[in-house]
Amino acid sequence: MSATTAAVLQIGLLVALLAAVHVPLGDYMARVLEGRTHSRVERIVYRLGGIDPDADQRWGVYARSLLAFSLVSVLALYLFQRVQAHLPLSLGMADVNPAGAWNTAVSFVTNTNWQWYSGEAVMGQLVQMAGLAVQNFTSAAVGLAVAVALVRGFTRSRTDRIGSFWVDLVRATGRILLPLAFVAAIVLLVGGVVQNFTGVQDVTTLTGGTQHLVTGPLASQEAIKDLGTNGGGYFNANSAHPFENPTAWTNLVEIFLLLAIPFSLPRTFGTLVRDRRQGVAILSVMGGLWAAAVAATTWAELHAAGAVPQLAGAAMEGKEVRFGPAASALFAASTTSTSTGSVNSFHDSFTALGGGVTLLNIVLGEVSPGGVGTGLYGMLVIAVLAVFLAGLMVGRTPEYLGKKIGRREVTLVALSILTMPALVLVGAAITAGVPSLRDASLLNTGPHGLSEILYAYASAVNNNGSAFAGFGAATTYQNTALGLGMLFGRFVPIVLTLALAGSLATQQPVPAGAGTLPTHTPVFAGLLTGVVLIVAGLTFFPALALAPLAEALS
Amino acid sequence: MNSMLRQVLAGARLLLVLTVVLGVGYPLAVYGVGRLVPDRADGSLLRVDGQVVGSRLIGQQVTGDQWFLPRPSAAGDGYDPLASGASNLGPNDPTLLATVTQRRQEVADREGVDVSAVPADAVTASGSGLDPDISPAYARLQVARVARVRGLDPATVSALVEAHVQGRDLGVLGDPHVNVLELNAALAGLG
Repeated sequence: MSATTAAVLQIGLLVALLAAVHVPLGDYMARVLEGRTHSRVERIVYRLGGIDPDADQRWGVYARSLLAFSLVSVLALYLFQRVQAHLPLSLGMADVNPAGAWNTAVSFVTNTNWQWYSGEAVMGQLVQMAGLAVQNFTSAAVGLAVAVALVRGFTRSRTDRIGSFWVDLVRATGRILLPLAFVAAIVLLVGGVVQNFTGVQDVTTLTGGTQHLVTGPLASQEAIKDLGTNGGGYFNANSAHPFENPTAWTNLVEIFLLLAIPFSLPRTFGTLVRDRRQGVAILSVMGGLWAAAVAATTWAELHAAGAVPQLAGAAMEGKEVRFGPAASALFAASTTSTSTGSVNSFHDSFTALGGGVTLLNIVLGEVSPGGVGTGLYGMLVIAVLAVFLAGLMVGRTPEYLGKKIGRREVTLVALSILTMPALVLVGAAITAGVPSLRDASLLNTGPHGLSEILYAYASAVNNNGSAFAGFGAATTYQNTALGLGMLFGRFVPIVLTLALAGSLATQQPVPAGAGTLPTHTPVFAGLLTGVVLIVAGLTFFPALALAPLAEALS
Repeated sequence: MNSMLRQVLAGARLLLVLTVVLGVGYPLAVYGVGRLVPDRADGSLLRVDGQVVGSRLIGQQVTGDQWFLPRPSAAGDGYDPLASGASNLGPNDPTLLATVTQRRQEVADREGVDVSAVPADAVTASGSGLDPDISPAYARLQVARVARVRGLDPATVSALVEAHVQGRDLGVLGDPHVNVLELNAALAGLG
C-alpha cells in the first residue's frame, strides 16, 4: 500500500471513530451539564468545599468564582513547584526557579501547557501527578463551564442567572473528564504507556553502554493531557516519546482523544438549544477547517519540500519512524487546531508549508474545533459576529437563536475577538524588535526565526502550548511575558464571554420573522467559515507573509 | 471584597478535594490496573539471560559495525532518556543541511553504497531522540556489513531483518519499522 493511500485510510478511520462517538458523547454531556440532580458523591464534595450547589449565579458572580478558583490554582501550583525538593517523589529534583514556576503555574491553569522545561529534568513525580495533572482536569472543566454558561445565555430568558460555576466545574470533572480519562488511561496502558513510580532505572545496554531509563505515572497523565486538550508532556519529547506514545495505534488513540470532546460539543450545543441543526452547522464549520488543515499538512509533509527534506529524501527530521510523515502531520494538524499543544513530532522541523499550517491553525483562534469548551464558546462568539455582519449587509436587526445582537453584545464580541491578535502581535513584535531578547531566544534565523517568535506568542496567547521548540523560552523575560500572554489570552475572553452570556440571558427571545437569517443552513456555515478566515487573515496575513510564506516561497 | 474572599476560600477547599481525587486517587487507580499488565506498565523491558538490557520502546546508543545502528539522536549525547528531544532545526537550516550531507556520506561509506541509496531516517534525528526504530530500508541497507563483520551468511541476517519488519498497525496506521534493540538481541542470539 502506498504511503498516501495509508494516510487517507488512517484519516478515514479517525473520522469514522469521531463520527461514531460525537452523538452519544454530545448528548451525554448535555444531560450532565444541564441535569437537575446532584449525586451523593457530588454532595459530599460541595459540603467539603462549603458550596451551595443550588445557588444560581449572575454572570459577574460566575466570573468571580471562576477567577477565584483559577487564582487559587495558580498560587497552589506555584508553591508546589517552589518547594518540590522537600516533597516525596521529587526524584532529587531542585525547587523550580520563580520565573519558571510562575510560567508553568499559569501555563497549566490556563490549559496552555506551554513548557519551558524538560519534564524529566525539572519536575518530580508528585508535582507532575498531583499538581500539573490536576490542572489538566480542572482547566478543561473550566472551559466546559464557560461553554455551557454561554449556551445558557441563549436557552434562558428574562433572567440574570447563568448557572453555578462550582456545579459546572465539579460535574464536568467528575462525570465527563474523569471517567473518560480513566478508560483512556487503561487503553494506553495496554498499548505500552508506562505507569509506575520507579523513577530512574540504570541499565547496561545490549552493546555494553549505560542508559538511565526514566519512568513514572505517565498513563494517567497522558490520558487527560490529550482528552482535556492540555498538551503538557511528562517528558520534553511529549507524545513523540515512546513511553508516552509507543505505537501507531496509541498515536491514533491520542489523536482521537484530542478531538473527541471538541467535536462532540456542537451536538451538546444543538441539543441544549433544542435545534440540533444549529449544532450541525457549527460542527460542519469546525470539521471543514480541520479537514482542510489535515489535508494541507499531510500533503506538505509527504511532499517534503525544503532543502533538508529534499536532500534526505523525506521530511523525517523531528519525526519518529513508527509514525512517519502522515501520522505526524495528522497529529500536528489536530493538536494545533484543538489548542492542545502536545506533539508527536517537532513542528520547528516541519516543511515550511506544513509548519505554517500549524501556525495558521493556532491564529484562527482555536475554533477548528478548538479546545475542550473553549472551541465551542470561541466559535459561538464568532458566530454572533457573523450574524451581525450578515445583518449589516441586509440592513436588519441581527438575531441569533432568538436573541437580539445589539450594541452591548457586539461590543463584547469585538473585544473578545481582538484580544488575542493584539496580545500575539504586540508580544511577538517586542521580542522581534529588541535585539537582546531576540538573540537570547532564537535557534533559527531569517523567516524561520520570525516563525519561531510568532509561534511562541500565538501558542501562549491561544493557550495551545506547542512550540517551534527551537525558541529558547527558558529566560526570565520570556517566562514572564509568555505567562502574561497566557493569562490575558485565557481570562479576558472568558470574562467577556460570560458577560455576553449574562446579557443574552436577560433578553426575551424574539420569534423568527421573515428577516431572520437562518443559522442552520449551509449558507450560514459558509459565512461563518468566511468570517473565521477573514478575521484571522486580516490580522495575521502580514506577519505570516514575512515568516512561513516567505520561507516556503524562497 | 468579602464575597471575593468567600469565593477564594471555596476555591481553595474545592481544589484540595479535587487534588486528592484527581491527583492521588486517579493515578493510583491506574497504577493498580497497571499491575495486571506489569510488563507494559513498567516500560516493556527486554531481558537477555535474565538481565535487563533496556526497554523495547527506547532506542539505545549503539557503536560497533557488528550491530544494526539506530538513527541519529538529538537527546543529550545521543539516546539519553534524561534529555529527550529533537534538533528543532528548520527545513532550510544551513547547519542541518551540512549535517545531513555529512551523515549521508558517512552512512554510504560505512555500508559501501552510493549516497542516493541512503534512506531519510538514517540521516535525520527523531522527535524524541529515543526512536527505537529504523525503516525497513535502513535495516536492509545494513545487512551486508553486519553479515561481513560477524562472518555470517547474508541470507541468514537478511531473513532475521525480514522477520523483524513490523508493518503498519491495522494495515494503515503509521509507517513500517524495525525495532533495533529487538533485532540486535536476536542477532546476538545467533552467536
